[in-house]
Amino acid sequence: MIRKVRITLATVFFIFTTLLFLDFTGTIRHWMGWMAKIQFMPAILAVNAVVIVALILLTLVLGRVYCSVICPLGILQDTIAKIHNIKKKNRYTYSKAISWLRYTMLIIMIAAFFSGLGSLVALLDPYGSFGRIASNLIQPIYELVNNMLAAIAQHYDSYAFYNVDVWIKSMPTFIIAVSTLVILIVLAWRNGRTYCNTICPVGTFLGILSRFSWLKIHIEKDKCVKCGLCTKGCKASCIDFKNYKIDYSRCVVCGNCIDKCHKDAIHYNHNKTGENTERESNKSGDSIDTGKRMFLLSAAIATTAATLAQNKKKVDGGLAVIVNKVAPERQTPLTPPGSISAENMAKHCTGCQLCVSECPNEILRPSTDLSHLMQPIMSYERGYCRIECTRCSHVCPTGAIKPISRSYKSSLQRGHAVWIKKNCIPVTDHKSCGNCARHCPAGAITMVPVNPNDEKSIMVPAVNEAICIGCGACENLCPARPFSAIYVEGHEVHHTI
Amino acid sequence: MKDSNKINRRKFLKVFGVGSIGAIAAMTGCKNPLKKNADLYKEQVEPPKGKMTYRINPHTNDKVSILGFGMMRLPLVGSDQSLESTAPVDQVALNKLVDYAIDHGVNYFDTSPAYSQGNSESATGKALHRHSRNKYYVATKLSNFDPSTQTREKSIEMFNDSLKYLQVDYIDYYLLHAIGMDGMDSFKKRYIDNGILDFLVEKRKTGKIRNLGFSYHGDVKVFDWLVANNDKYHWDFAQIELNYIDWKHAKEINDINTDAEYLYNELDKNGIPAIIMEPLLGGRLSNLPVPLANEIKKRDPEHSVASWAFRYAASPKDVLTVLSGMTYMEHLKDNLLSYCPLKPLTDSDKVFLEDIACKMMEIKTIPCNNCKYCMPCPYGVDIPGIFVHYNKCQNEGLMPQNTRSPNYNKYRREFLIGMDRSVPKLRQADHCIGCGQCKPHCPQSIDIPKELQNIDVFVEQLKENNNI
Repeated sequence: MIRKVRITLATVFFIFTTLLFLDFTGTIRHWMGWMAKIQFMPAILAVNAVVIVALILLTLVLGRVYCSVICPLGILQDTIAKIHNIKKKNRYTYSKAISWLRYTMLIIMIAAFFSGLGSLVALLDPYGSFGRIASNLIQPIYELVNNMLAAIAQHYDSYAFYNVDVWIKSMPTFIIAVSTLVILIVLAWRNGRTYCNTICPVGTFLGILSRFSWLKIHIEKDKCVKCGLCTKGCKASCIDFKNYKIDYSRCVVCGNCIDKCHKDAIHYNHNKTGENTERESNKSGDSIDTGKRMFLLSAAIATTAATLAQNKKKVDGGLAVIVNKVAPERQTPLTPPGSISAENMAKHCTGCQLCVSECPNEILRPSTDLSHLMQPIMSYERGYCRIECTRCSHVCPTGAIKPISRSYKSSLQRGHAVWIKKNCIPVTDHKSCGNCARHCPAGAITMVPVNPNDEKSIMVPAVNEAICIGCGACENLCPARPFSAIYVEGHEVHHTI
Repeated sequence: MKDSNKINRRKFLKVFGVGSIGAIAAMTGCKNPLKKNADLYKEQVEPPKGKMTYRINPHTNDKVSILGFGMMRLPLVGSDQSLESTAPVDQVALNKLVDYAIDHGVNYFDTSPAYSQGNSESATGKALHRHSRNKYYVATKLSNFDPSTQTREKSIEMFNDSLKYLQVDYIDYYLLHAIGMDGMDSFKKRYIDNGILDFLVEKRKTGKIRNLGFSYHGDVKVFDWLVANNDKYHWDFAQIELNYIDWKHAKEINDINTDAEYLYNELDKNGIPAIIMEPLLGGRLSNLPVPLANEIKKRDPEHSVASWAFRYAASPKDVLTVLSGMTYMEHLKDNLLSYCPLKPLTDSDKVFLEDIACKMMEIKTIPCNNCKYCMPCPYGVDIPGIFVHYNKCQNEGLMPQNTRSPNYNKYRREFLIGMDRSVPKLRQADHCIGCGQCKPHCPQSIDIPKELQNIDVFVEQLKENNNI
């Protein structure tokens, strides 16, 4: 029963969390955006007290259900292990916890967090790791399938699907995603939740709490025949059936052992010693109890979810060849609007790539700079930061990008445009242009004669840095290729004009 | 003689055959409902014989069929029927069309030395020569557009060639071709300074020309001058553009145009019968924007959209004939259905069409016909691709215009996705820098940069109105 409820809930969470990363249309986030925000590390980074407290309470009452139901990386491990299980059942054995590694990882994580090594935190965060896998490896497949459907739709004059560009946004992040997935597959294939219980700092932290959880898995000594099936079915390798002992710091309350036990000797209940269960041998009483607990479990999760959902609301002629644009080397990187400052971004981002997957204008991509590795930066070769779009700010679960409104965004300066005379078409081709000025949503560009003493000389753009918001329309639409004649230089701290 | 005998025999057989089938149908009709149904089908697409409406030319008492056959775009051999095609005229197909037309009462054929790359007159001559001379009136023109043909000798040669190619001794209707094009100076050069107009008036006296007239496009001053000199030249007819758009809205299409209402009334005042060209406004009135076509179909589901334009053009009483270029048999049949006999428009019909005209004027399409002369744009913009998509949405009534309309979001999505499908993002209107290199190449004189920037602004608004 516990197992069934767990699998059902985990499936729902896993599917929607994954869809959150796949859906480039920005629809799913309206309904399921909260699923990213109830993740543990994002909640910590966002200093989201409600979620943190709720998750801690959840663990103190029910054990590490977070790891088996909410955490997408945990469910991914279960899925991989399950595939192996089909071939080879009852393959697990009990092993002792590798405590030194667990606590070292936890300490590294905490140290990295407090010393501002955002990339290291991001690397260890299970949610972030999952996000990178989903965004870098699954979203392209999803998009390719979509493009196939779009081609079919076009054939039938339907507008149900539209084509999107599929591209690798940053090599280092892509490689990290691939390596993470490989490590995960190897570990999960061999021994279930090894990653979860030895490397993942979130797992370790919740493990400390779950030792004291109110409800736990217990083995009834008098019913147990020491067949060992529970241990063989335990992907966390935490059941020492010989001594009737369970390592609660590693148990994720998956319920497999309960289902495995022929003798009804394993129960999920509140029992400090584990020996008083002898009194409760009445089967029907037991099943009522289980039902109640199930209700409690799902209700707890549902309430957490509901609270969070409400939280979210608050807050022929032939064609000329076109050369692709080359990204300019920006002295200060551009961070997305809502990120407040480069520092805020570095501190809070867990590199999950949700904003990158969400960006409809192909601007956001993970940074390749070592100190900001995997954290989003903007560049305008493929599009520009359009004034009506605030999608990245609304999906970010960690507070690295704070939710902003359209009107706020239109006055938010995150960079300023810089004119490069030697690339400018009026100067190089002697053709009047003004495409930057025509498309500037802030009206920050005026066309002035190139020769100040000659009113009739050709017009070139002049940028009013005070009102430029750094959206990049000028840079993106500049006809000079591959190097734009006007580009945006980032600001370390964003401010309104 | 042998030829005409044959034809008579064939015609006799035809008439006899149709007659007997008709008789059998009449006899068995009431007993056999199947046959009756078959007749209904036929009635819908087969024009009847002997029902053509005729108008009388007051000058020569010619009885002219209200449908005139325009010989400008003749069927060509092969599948390429475009204006640029160099294929020869498909004489077999043309003969078939002409025979069918004459069979159904058409007796006016309008050609010019300039039509069908200069092949029209001889092809028309070949087709008509197979019929007796009193069966048809033939019209041709002095098309001395090229300066080399504007001397007296060359122009006279052109007239004589027409007689030769048409294989006739006299021409029924002879026109000064397209007066008003390039204004008064050009007109004087072509017809006055070389004394050709006087020559033609002389030819009319000798009977080589039975009716002398002119066709008018362009500068209204020339039209006014000719009409003012009617006492001197006694115009037997004049050819003008008339349709339910040009009647009151000609200026809205192009500034140099003149409303047909004015032209017709001027001719009427001077007792000059009108011959109508462009009853379909270059085909636009047979291929209306979908919502307007639907409106017309709603009023009369049994007849074609084009039929309304033909009935409109023929409705003024002093219209002698309405010219239509009919390359395909189905066009000929459809036109005959409108005119065998003509059911003149009622006053409420006219109000209805004026309403359609007003609505058409509201639809702002760009007069681009995708000739691609503007291409390639040095900055990679796909100019015709953008215009084609824009016009398609305009014509089909799929423009996301009113944000409060329930269809706005749907149309908005379709317009933007459709644009991305037909034109790659980097080749869309926002990449036009306005250099203007394309502008002089456009045969339609479209202000391409301006139109592209208008579309750019429109697209930008659509993108900003994203409520998701």
